[in-house]
Amino acid sequence: MAYQFDFPAVFDYTDALVTGAGVTLGLTLVGALLGGALGTLGGVVRAWRIHPLDWAFRLYVEVIRNTPFLVQLLFIFFGLPSLGVQINEWQASILTMVVNLGAYTTEIIRAGIEATPRGQIEAAQSLAMNRWQTFRHVVLRPSLQRVWPALSSQVIIVMLGSAVCSQIATEDLTFAANFIQSRNFRAFETYLVVTFLYFLLALLTRQLLNWVGRRFVAPRRPCSPEVR
Amino acid sequence: MTVEFSLWALLQSLADGAKWTVALSALAFLFGGATGLLILFARMSRSRLLRQATRVYIEVFQGTPLLMQLFLIFFGLSLAGLEVSPWLAAAVGLTLFSSAYLAEIWRGCVEAVPRGQWEASSSLAMSYLEQMRHVILPQALRLAIAPTVGFSVQVIKGTAVASIIGFIELTKTGSMLANATFQPFLIYGLVAASYFLLCYPLSLYAQYLERKLHVSR
Amino acid sequence: MSLVDIRGVHKHFGSNHVLKGIDLAVEPGEVVAIIGRSGSGKSTLLRTLNGLESIDAGEIEVDGTALKAHQDSAEQLRSLRLKVGMVFQQFNLFPHLSAGENIMLATTVVQGMDQESARDTAKAMLLKVGLQDKFDAYPDQLSGGQQQRVAIARALAMSPRVLLCDEITSALDPELVNEVLAVVKQLAAEGMTLIMVTHEMRFAREVGDKLVFMYQGLVHEYGDPRELFAQPRTPELASFISSVM
Repeated sequence: MAYQFDFPAVFDYTDALVTGAGVTLGLTLVGALLGGALGTLGGVVRAWRIHPLDWAFRLYVEVIRNTPFLVQLLFIFFGLPSLGVQINEWQASILTMVVNLGAYTTEIIRAGIEATPRGQIEAAQSLAMNRWQTFRHVVLRPSLQRVWPALSSQVIIVMLGSAVCSQIATEDLTFAANFIQSRNFRAFETYLVVTFLYFLLALLTRQLLNWVGRRFVAPRRPCSPEVR
Repeated sequence: MTVEFSLWALLQSLADGAKWTVALSALAFLFGGATGLLILFARMSRSRLLRQATRVYIEVFQGTPLLMQLFLIFFGLSLAGLEVSPWLAAAVGLTLFSSAYLAEIWRGCVEAVPRGQWEASSSLAMSYLEQMRHVILPQALRLAIAPTVGFSVQVIKGTAVASIIGFIELTKTGSMLANATFQPFLIYGLVAASYFLLCYPLSLYAQYLERKLHVSR
Repeated sequence: MSLVDIRGVHKHFGSNHVLKGIDLAVEPGEVVAIIGRSGSGKSTLLRTLNGLESIDAGEIEVDGTALKAHQDSAEQLRSLRLKVGMVFQQFNLFPHLSAGENIMLATTVVQGMDQESARDTAKAMLLKVGLQDKFDAYPDQLSGGQQQRVAIARALAMSPRVLLCDEITSALDPELVNEVLAVVKQLAAEGMTLIMVTHEMRFAREVGDKLVFMYQGLVHEYGDPRELFAQPRTPELASFISSVM
């Protein structure tokens, strides 16, 4: 007896799918912004070897990179409350994404900064720029440009990894899938559709990040007196 | 009702779970490596169809959540009429997942071998297979060792997701203990520490290999 | 008093004694060409003049700003570097900024010039090096010779008292060397004080007021370039000249 696929049974729940996809995107957006900020700070601290903060970041990076996202999530959601920190599933999901992405971003940005050619720093120094001016105007933007593809990939990895946030009842896209298949009893079709949606979200996010990169990280605008 | 566990008993249970994490990781890494090698050859073959098909294969596994892959394999295999245990679904899922990533990592290494090496070996009248066997792969292999060891860490961490489809490994053992003892902070802390103990030496080794390669080049 | 005074400067890289007591004075408007084999310490000497390399003994004074061994505070370095411009072998333009922005960066950020005046200054400097139509071009859109001319314009925009040139034509394709040398020649004619490490012997002879031949970390010969090229006083310079010309 051949199995009859029934995809309409999934699309009866389009609303839930759309809401779930929105939540996954939202989590990713907040995670990427805060995690990116944390990672930039960490990358600078590591590249400049600011003691003793760089040791703290080094430990943080190693701990996060050598433990699973799911365990980080469970530790934060179930573990922190026993320290008296009250945290709901949203806060736990976002916090885990920020902490996770922050660690990877720290390493990526550190590598980007350390790849700055010596001549760039020397040129800035010879123009009497101080350390901060050099970093702000000469080092930062080319470093971000260098590692932008790696940062984008990491954001997408975290977005896909966030599927496990459904385990603590965060109502993301995977949560929607679990809900739908418990109603229509069409697990395979439901997960196939949702997998496809994740694939689309990943493509969309990649495009969006490419656009952000072109528009804001490596913009080229004429500013000569004639143009203005 | 709270069940009292001694710390020793907790560690013993977690160690039992960790055994399955290691077993699943090793299996996924080995089978994934073997499958990945096939994918690699298909990805770099002269057949356009094979190249396109494997490109899609790699993009799908890299562009979707591992959890969804496991769900689909779990439910897909049972639709196909197979009796599916979480162990089988997890092993198949992580093998395919690893094969896609390893094939892509290795392709990068083959492509990192300078063009001149192809041209030089062509000019010596070597065939494609001879070039691969004697010139390209030995060099690519040297480049591939560090990122391959590095990826083994991703595999170990990936096995934690198998706990969600009910495979009882380290994370699942931790969840059950946390529910039983009401000591989530301690238990998940120990679980995290266990993963760290498994992964960190591999990370260090990968970094060491990476540095050694850079120095020798 | 001289514009640049170098007195008893020593520099070590680890156990390698690179500068072994350099004394040199440069008068305003002079063009000084420093030549020598690689490893003779000529680039290191140049780099000590704006603090890119610290010195282990001695003193460097430029237009009243002194830098002593182990006394190079950020404030001293800044004040020295405001007086000393530098052009590098590898151009070192900032890749994310257009030619105009490369020039405007330090004038606005360091000197506090407003955007409008900085833009005008940049424009004028580009005109000076013959690149008035390249304001909005990015470094990767310029030839090596053009990039180096922008680098010169960038240094000039800070109105330095002295311009250091560190083998500025060595990374250029042969056909691009002359456009850069022409700019330097014009600067010399306008009275700019120039200290240049160079491999262009003909240029050193024609444009230089003084020639410094460095050998094993010391100033081995010093004098009028035309005389020294015609009649080297030491066998080392004679052998160097015959090997490069």
